[in-house]
Amino acid sequence: MPLFRNIASIIALLPMIIISLTVFVGCIIYSFVYSLTNSKLIPVTNFVGFDQYERLFKQRKWDVAVENIFIYGFVFTIGCLIIGFLLAVLIDQKIRGESLFRTIFLYPYAMSFVVTGLVWKWVLNPTFGLENSMHMWGFSWFELDWLVNRDLAIYAVCIAAVWQGAGFVMVLMLAGLRGIDEDIWKSLSIEGVAKWKSYLFVILPMLRPMVVTAIVLIAAGVVKVYDLILALTSGGPGYATTTPAMYVMENFFSRANLGQAFAASIIMFISVVCILAPWAFYEFYLRNKYAAN
Amino acid sequence: MSSIPSGPRPKYLTVGRIGMYCFILVCALFFLMPLYVMVITSLKDMDEIRAANILNLPKELSFYSWPKAWSQACTGFVCEGLKPGFFNSIKITVPSVIVSVGLSAINGYALAFWRFKGAYFFFGLCMFGAFIPYQVMVYPLLKIEDALGIYSTLPGIILVHTIFGMPILTLIFRNFYVSLPIDLFKAARIDGGNFIKIFLYVIIPMSAPITIVAVILQVTGIWNDFLLGLVFAGRDNQPMTVQLNNIVQVDYGVAEYNVDMSATILTSLVPLFVYFISGRWFVRGIAAGAIKG
Repeated sequence: MPLFRNIASIIALLPMIIISLTVFVGCIIYSFVYSLTNSKLIPVTNFVGFDQYERLFKQRKWDVAVENIFIYGFVFTIGCLIIGFLLAVLIDQKIRGESLFRTIFLYPYAMSFVVTGLVWKWVLNPTFGLENSMHMWGFSWFELDWLVNRDLAIYAVCIAAVWQGAGFVMVLMLAGLRGIDEDIWKSLSIEGVAKWKSYLFVILPMLRPMVVTAIVLIAAGVVKVYDLILALTSGGPGYATTTPAMYVMENFFSRANLGQAFAASIIMFISVVCILAPWAFYEFYLRNKYAAN
Repeated sequence: MSSIPSGPRPKYLTVGRIGMYCFILVCALFFLMPLYVMVITSLKDMDEIRAANILNLPKELSFYSWPKAWSQACTGFVCEGLKPGFFNSIKITVPSVIVSVGLSAINGYALAFWRFKGAYFFFGLCMFGAFIPYQVMVYPLLKIEDALGIYSTLPGIILVHTIFGMPILTLIFRNFYVSLPIDLFKAARIDGGNFIKIFLYVIIPMSAPITIVAVILQVTGIWNDFLLGLVFAGRDNQPMTVQLNNIVQVDYGVAEYNVDMSATILTSLVPLFVYFISGRWFVRGIAAGAIKG
């Protein structure tokens, strides 16, 4: 009776199976099906084809949201990677107070996005914040009005996000650096390769799995960004810092436009799949194939 | 890049090394600045906040904003401060952590030692769920909970946290159990242990390290959650993050930045406390959470 040999295990995994099927798969199907309807306040099965998507792509607000998510995704990912890698390299130099510095760089990661957003909102406050400090110190030319500037507000979000997330990349990279064989360092120093060159051209390529993992994890988080922006700018000024996630939530819960929300959420989902699919293919398929050979 | 010294590892202070320390100190100041601003702002009174530099230490300490943030600050028409939110967050976090960690431990155990055909298919499906943006799932999940009669209740939000915590927790438990010596399991089988007995008497006693990691991951994650609490917890169980946002973002009345900052600190105390006492474990949680192959 091979089918029932593991009956206890099957029962134990039943919650996971049910949740995977109903929540993770079921909800996507549900959202997709209802994105093809003209549901407003309540979900109705009045199918209108891809009208909701068409309408979505015509929305100026959606354009802004998509543009923002690209800016945010790019600046945040690059910022986290560069600062995270740099900090990891610095901490790897056998410096004094290593654990103190590591604690300092990582503590923001323990803070919630809401807290991060609210703190930076205060620090960047145009009247009382850092701009004011600089003026008081005599740098009257200094301008830091990002939160009220339509074009720059999204970069304020990026700064707050990098502050929160760079420590995470640092930890990943540091783990990678500590895993590098001492012999590689010895041979590099015998060859007389400058240290910064070694890091950039030898060590960094060796850390590729770490970098890829970091990028994928960050990128998957980028698409979700919601509470940080809600706390920091509430999507403003105007809707200058709105994101797809905010667009979805707004249409679900305050504009009673379910069809739009479903369509936008499906687009979000597809973009996550586009980020993940190549990585998952590489990680789980190609690698296993090579491992098997 | 010039801050990174070249040549062999120095045993004494060189110009490059001093430059490196300067750079790392500047970074540390950047990372600490928001925390510093938060704390000193909460200790100033409003007159001083309006008049003085945001970075200056308070001339005289005023502590009134703390009790105010805790028990009097207003969200809309209710002026009870953060206190109810704090206890709601505890009510949400404690059972959610216990249920999700317990369930995921069993999942990981079943996947590691009692594989049956198709088990890994569902596990893959579950892992896939870790990356789906919440926005795709909130509305259908809300409908499911509504049908079950637990929407906007404590069990409702606990279920949601269990669902969304499961993929990553199951993964880290599975990875931990796979790394245990399989002979141990075989010996227990020969001695007549069944699914439940082996789990209780062999596996659980060895699971302490990974359980600590999982608990840290979940406590900070659930405490810091905003979106799920906002949608699923209901008015009576609003977690602290949601209340914090409501307190700070009130549209009317005079903004009291010191109270806002006290409230922000109060909200981040629990995760910061967890971070500072757990240190290494927190880092391990991050490393374990970062999916590696």
